[in-house]
Amino acid sequence: MCLGIPGRIVEVASSLSDQLETATVAFGGLKRPICVALVPDLRPGDYVLVHAGIAIEKIDEKQAAEMLAYLQAISDGELSELTQGEMSP
Amino acid sequence: MKHLDEYRDARLAKRLLSGIAKIVRSPHTVMEVCGGQTHTLVRSGILDQLPENLKVVHGPGCPVCVTPMEEIDEALELAARPEVRFCSFGDMLRVPGSRTDLSTIRSQGGDVRIVYSPLDALEMARRDRDRQVVFFAVGFETTAPATALAVWQAKREGLTNFSLLVSHVLVPPALERIAGNPNSKVQGFLAAGHVCTVVGFEDYETLASHYRIPIVVTGFEPVDLLQGLWMLARQLEQGRYELENQYARVVRRNGNMRARDLLAEVYEVCDRPWRGLGILPRSGLRLTAAYREFDARSKFGITGSVSAEPTECRSGDVLQGLLSPIDCPSFGLACTPDTPLGAPMVSSEGACAAYFHHRRQRRELAVV
Repeated sequence: MCLGIPGRIVEVASSLSDQLETATVAFGGLKRPICVALVPDLRPGDYVLVHAGIAIEKIDEKQAAEMLAYLQAISDGELSELTQGEMSP
Repeated sequence: MKHLDEYRDARLAKRLLSGIAKIVRSPHTVMEVCGGQTHTLVRSGILDQLPENLKVVHGPGCPVCVTPMEEIDEALELAARPEVRFCSFGDMLRVPGSRTDLSTIRSQGGDVRIVYSPLDALEMARRDRDRQVVFFAVGFETTAPATALAVWQAKREGLTNFSLLVSHVLVPPALERIAGNPNSKVQGFLAAGHVCTVVGFEDYETLASHYRIPIVVTGFEPVDLLQGLWMLARQLEQGRYELENQYARVVRRNGNMRARDLLAEVYEVCDRPWRGLGILPRSGLRLTAAYREFDARSKFGITGSVSAEPTECRSGDVLQGLLSPIDCPSFGLACTPDTPLGAPMVSSEGACAAYFHHRRQRRELAVV
């Protein structure tokens, strides 16, 4: 039930003041309207994590890239070493 | 898909596995809290590829599984009422109550609808003002903002035919129960990344230092889980007990403040019974006084029964990591997905269902 799916903002809809803000979000090739009332200041191209029809957070692209770069760069020796630096980049 | 495929990289997964195998020197038992993580660990084959001295047990993070039978019975009582359209996530339909289940009520003519989002139920209430739409608000902190948003918007629109049967639960009290149980062998937790996305991890920092137990906030893909296990194994071998965040691309220390503010307006914390665990203090949510008119229990005068759970079902032990599903005497015999004794065998996040579908034989690593 806590399944969350990353999706890309295609377009933020201009919503009426008494309605919840929505955006068109692409999940691979599938596009769906998603409520973005809980994640402010989204722009097309941003990625959000979607759960039960609402965006619950924006994905931090910089954090994601840094962690992946760190994992790609870490040597097998460092992976099996207990005394060296921490996992966080 | 971006932000998914990168974390299903088989080469990276194998390197992390081999790193874990080299790091772990003494035997450790750790718990992944969330049922979504349980299913990834089992389905991807990670569970069978970990070194023997790193035992992973499965936690209480399956909302369907921990919903007590009396609350299922309340749902059944509401769903059978002629004026009610009862909306639920699909997972709840086959969970046994004391006499029947939602799926059976539907086949007998009850107006039971499966929805993907509580906002879909809200839309039904807007379109069909003659029906009383009730949404079964189950789930942890991850799901509560979606139900809170639905009821907040219903109040704003003045809808009088929308209400919630609230059965939300909070993760930290269950972890405290496990960490404080002298029979528990759990020495470290992988905390559920999407719960922490909403509420942050300050409570988990307190838990880690109070119980001197390492906790790593972890994502849901195979590489996430392996990295989380690697970080946890390092802490255990180094004798540390800190809160670390593997899922920093999504989880911030304070969580999502908009969501937290909304939760604080709509819900208040209450004591709550968990299936198999009994009453855990301050472990559930209920609507605040300002939203009482949207509470299906008071609106329809649901009293709730006190029903005994079937004694053959050992889900209380399974949900605390005290019993592996395959060691339950009923597993695969008296209890199967077709004839479940308890919710962990039917929920898509239940540990018993994960073992039944994916783990009746040892699996090779199959991360992609």
